[in-house]
Amino acid sequence: MIIFQNVSKIYRIGGEEVRALNHADIHIHPGEFVSIIGPSGSGKSTMMNIMGCLDTADEGQYILDGQPVECYTESSLARIRGHKIGFIFQSFNLIGNMSAEENVELPLIYQKLSAHERKERVRDSLEKVGLYKRRRHKPNQLSGGQQQRVAIARAMAAEPSLYLADEPTGNLDSNTGYQIMNLFHELHERGNTIVLITHDESVAAQAERKIRMKDGCAREVSV
Amino acid sequence: MIAQSLKMALKSILSNKLRSFLTMLGIIIGVVSLVVLVSLVNGATASITDSINALGNNMLNVTISDDHNHPVKLSALSEFTEDSLFDNIAPSTGSTMTAASAYEEENVQITGTTASYLGILGLTLESGRFLMKPDLDNHSNVAVINSDFASEIMGRKDVVGESVRLNGRKFLIIGVLKENENSSSTAAGNTYAAYIPYTSLIRLSENTSNDITSFCLSVNGNDMDAAEARLENILLDRFEQDEDAFSIFNQSAVAEAMNSVTGTLALLLGGIAGISLLVGGIGIMNIMLVSVTERTREIGIRKAVGAGHGMIMLQFLIEALTVSLLGCLIGIAISWIAIEGINIMGDVDYSLSAEVVLLSITFSIGIGVVFGLYPANKAAKKNPIEALRYH
Repeated sequence: MIIFQNVSKIYRIGGEEVRALNHADIHIHPGEFVSIIGPSGSGKSTMMNIMGCLDTADEGQYILDGQPVECYTESSLARIRGHKIGFIFQSFNLIGNMSAEENVELPLIYQKLSAHERKERVRDSLEKVGLYKRRRHKPNQLSGGQQQRVAIARAMAAEPSLYLADEPTGNLDSNTGYQIMNLFHELHERGNTIVLITHDESVAAQAERKIRMKDGCAREVSV
Repeated sequence: MIAQSLKMALKSILSNKLRSFLTMLGIIIGVVSLVVLVSLVNGATASITDSINALGNNMLNVTISDDHNHPVKLSALSEFTEDSLFDNIAPSTGSTMTAASAYEEENVQITGTTASYLGILGLTLESGRFLMKPDLDNHSNVAVINSDFASEIMGRKDVVGESVRLNGRKFLIIGVLKENENSSSTAAGNTYAAYIPYTSLIRLSENTSNDITSFCLSVNGNDMDAAEARLENILLDRFEQDEDAFSIFNQSAVAEAMNSVTGTLALLLGGIAGISLLVGGIGIMNIMLVSVTERTREIGIRKAVGAGHGMIMLQFLIEALTVSLLGCLIGIAISWIAIEGINIMGDVDYSLSAEVVLLSITFSIGIGVVFGLYPANKAAKKNPIEALRYH
């Protein structure tokens, strides 16, 4: 359950007030697949940063799983990110000198899970994305699509309550992008909440619901 | 968590081997110079201390400059040894004379003394005998000479029974002393010494009389300070509480002074080595700062997947610590090899002292922490949004 109540994010550039997010109101229910669409500069990234607990709102309230996320310290935000949010980035963001399985294991280390459980979960999620055989490969030995699948496996391993994907197909060709979107559909079918941020209408259309961003305002779009 | 951080640290160190090694080199050089220099000074100190101890460590020397009409008479020396603290006493009046053999003529150090001198100084005879009571009673012109005297002036060691002229007077050589391997005289070059009966010296030298102005005592047991204090009291009583009338020279005081000199030397050299360790630490900090900047994106990713401030901090701190400790261990290994090498070449036995090894490990840990803290904090404080955007 994700609730944005009147959330604003304000930047001051040269004494001038810029509202990157302007009184946004959003409700996302558990198990929903929602896309957020909008041109660059519309506040999508700000929305994602707040939703992913990388940043906090200046005004309004953000409630994640019934808990308001505000006035948190840096380390408690980190804990929320580690346990509840699974990030999937446009540029994959895998750590270059670590193998696929080590990358997938990383959030589990920060969750302080036992070595045994880590191993099990890494295996599970890599098998789900079909890359268990390539677990010892470094990111630069994998194709873009494979890297993104490792990134999805990394998000899955943490068993988050929210998958937050920022242009996950943006760096991929359409065929690979299609495969990645299939993975999201699979995740959705297993009952996960997915928020997908994109500027690609065809990608956005695959979601159950679309939220359109413009000049920091969020608007529900009927499907 | 620590084990995981250590694994990550090792991984990142190994993924950049040359850079890690160059960074470690600073610490390696620092540790090697610290350990080797201090070990060498310690080894030298031990050998110097041995030499000083060989001179007789339980001996007190007294010089009287003003006897206040209570001179110490040769015949009355035994009154000092009535005190159970003192074992033996002998006059030790020195004089320089010309010794002439058929072969050579040199200035020699003459000591006028009695039979007990041999035991007090812990001298050993190579051949012949030392002075005896009849020699003193008879004012005999006999001399015991040291090994340098025998070999250099007499021309050979086996000279008992021959005679030598001291200031023109003929003396019979009755004994030759053994060469003292550890004695400081070997280091200072040749010293020619001869020991003659005190009574004979009175005849030879104008400023020597029955009033003894210089003598030495051997002390029972090991408490030199107590013995020195007791002797001082006895002499103060004798010389009307005049502190300037006499001086007591304690052989162990020399050893202490020597120890403090070498201690200062060790501290000085250790300090210089410490500075090079410090420079190594700055090198670590420099590289860690570069590494933090290079890995900004990695830090962003780690933060996005749930790493908090403390965990990033721990990771970079452990990395800095691993570099400095690894450098330290390599340094200790090299030092050990170096010291073993020096031992093979030289004759003084040096050893890697456990204290210095512990000190350098502690110092390296300290340096790792101190110089790792700032870069680690810099890494941990990075804003995840900006870090993820970093290219």
